[in-house]
Amino acid sequence: MIAIIDYGAGNLRSVKKALDCLQQESQITSDPEQVAKASKIVLPGVGHFSSTAALSRSGLRQEIADAINRGIPFLGICVGMQWMFQGSEESPETQGLGILEARCERFPETVKSPHVGWNSLQIHSATKLCRGIPSSSFVYFTHSFRCPMNSATVACCEYGGKFSAAVELDHVFGVQFHPEKSGETGRKILENFCAL
Amino acid sequence: MLTKRIIACLDVDRGRVVKGVKFADLRDAGDPAELAKAHSDSGADEIVLLDISATHERRATLLETVRRAAIELFIPFTVGGGIRTLKDAADVFDAGADKISINSAALTDPSLISSIAERFGSQAVVVAIDAKRSETREGWEAFKGGGRTPAGRDAIDWAAEAESRGAGEILLTSMDRDGTGIGFDCELTRAVADAVRIPVIASGGAGSAADFVRVFQQGHADAALAASIFHYGFNKVSDLKQELSSNGIPMRLPC
Repeated sequence: MIAIIDYGAGNLRSVKKALDCLQQESQITSDPEQVAKASKIVLPGVGHFSSTAALSRSGLRQEIADAINRGIPFLGICVGMQWMFQGSEESPETQGLGILEARCERFPETVKSPHVGWNSLQIHSATKLCRGIPSSSFVYFTHSFRCPMNSATVACCEYGGKFSAAVELDHVFGVQFHPEKSGETGRKILENFCAL
Repeated sequence: MLTKRIIACLDVDRGRVVKGVKFADLRDAGDPAELAKAHSDSGADEIVLLDISATHERRATLLETVRRAAIELFIPFTVGGGIRTLKDAADVFDAGADKISINSAALTDPSLISSIAERFGSQAVVVAIDAKRSETREGWEAFKGGGRTPAGRDAIDWAAEAESRGAGEILLTSMDRDGTGIGFDCELTRAVADAVRIPVIASGGAGSAADFVRVFQQGHADAALAASIFHYGFNKVSDLKQELSSNGIPMRLPC
């Protein structure tokens, strides 16, 4: 069972619907006990970085960290990916999980923000998550803050400079775009995650 | 490179897709779920479903329509029409929408924008503005009630206020051009697009590929929306995107 973590921020229906479409058993949950039993974890996220503070308050943060340590595959989407970092300029007092040593940042003033729409990926290393996805494939983004390029970056995107579109550390994955809204490319990425 | 978006709009009345000229003379164009899927397969970057009957008629079937249309859509799906409260918005999200579009209710109570944005994120809140060139002064007036009632607001000021209250995008319809097929109102679109930092979706008047080129290049639109030119098979989205791409507009291809 794939646990889709509900921490009271945003709309989780789209992710659930996409997994249903792929005939994957999944459950939207905010119960740490359910998360402890999950075979995979998806952490969606829209909205403000500060909303991830609820993960710490509810005990979900510890449960997710423990699951990752046990080797349970994890996928953070959008703010869910940003939470894998130490923190974000959007809410400096909110602590991320910190498995990636950097902080998320604002877009420069030279581009419109939020970054909304279909942009192309540059996939630049062997990746489990993006296996079978041609570089330059388009995916759907909607975000005002971005993750910097780092050693775990496996795909990047160009908008006011390069940023991390996907990160991968063994069985831990993050995508800034919305695979559940990214047509066939997104569907393939979710399939790759489900097949792990 | 960030592409310009082509958005297929389904105007829905009592569960069926219709399209009028200047908000009247509705013609039946089919089943919403079927058309949404067909547009998506043909390369639409997004689907917008507007329940045009909602603000003056009951909308018992809307949520069921949204549910059916959402099942197979793997692209962003926006739903508007008759959303007056946070609860209305929550119901529409629960039925499978990714974004909601609000118009009249936001003009009546602008705090609705921030309450939905706080709960669901700004990216999920599209403020739709029906704008008409003013007969008494320079500029454009915002209208509510499906274009029936002047809202007493300047369209550009209202767009800026919507942004500051947490709107994630502006869906800007030119009432002067809607359904005419004579081209988008590039002047209006540019005035709004240059006044806000959030994306602006141009709507109303699409008749040819050249109209889209103009609204992206001269109107500074981030996305363009059309309904009638797609519904009757005049113009497949994929053909339109090919033509725009060959005119130098960045497009998501192959779709």
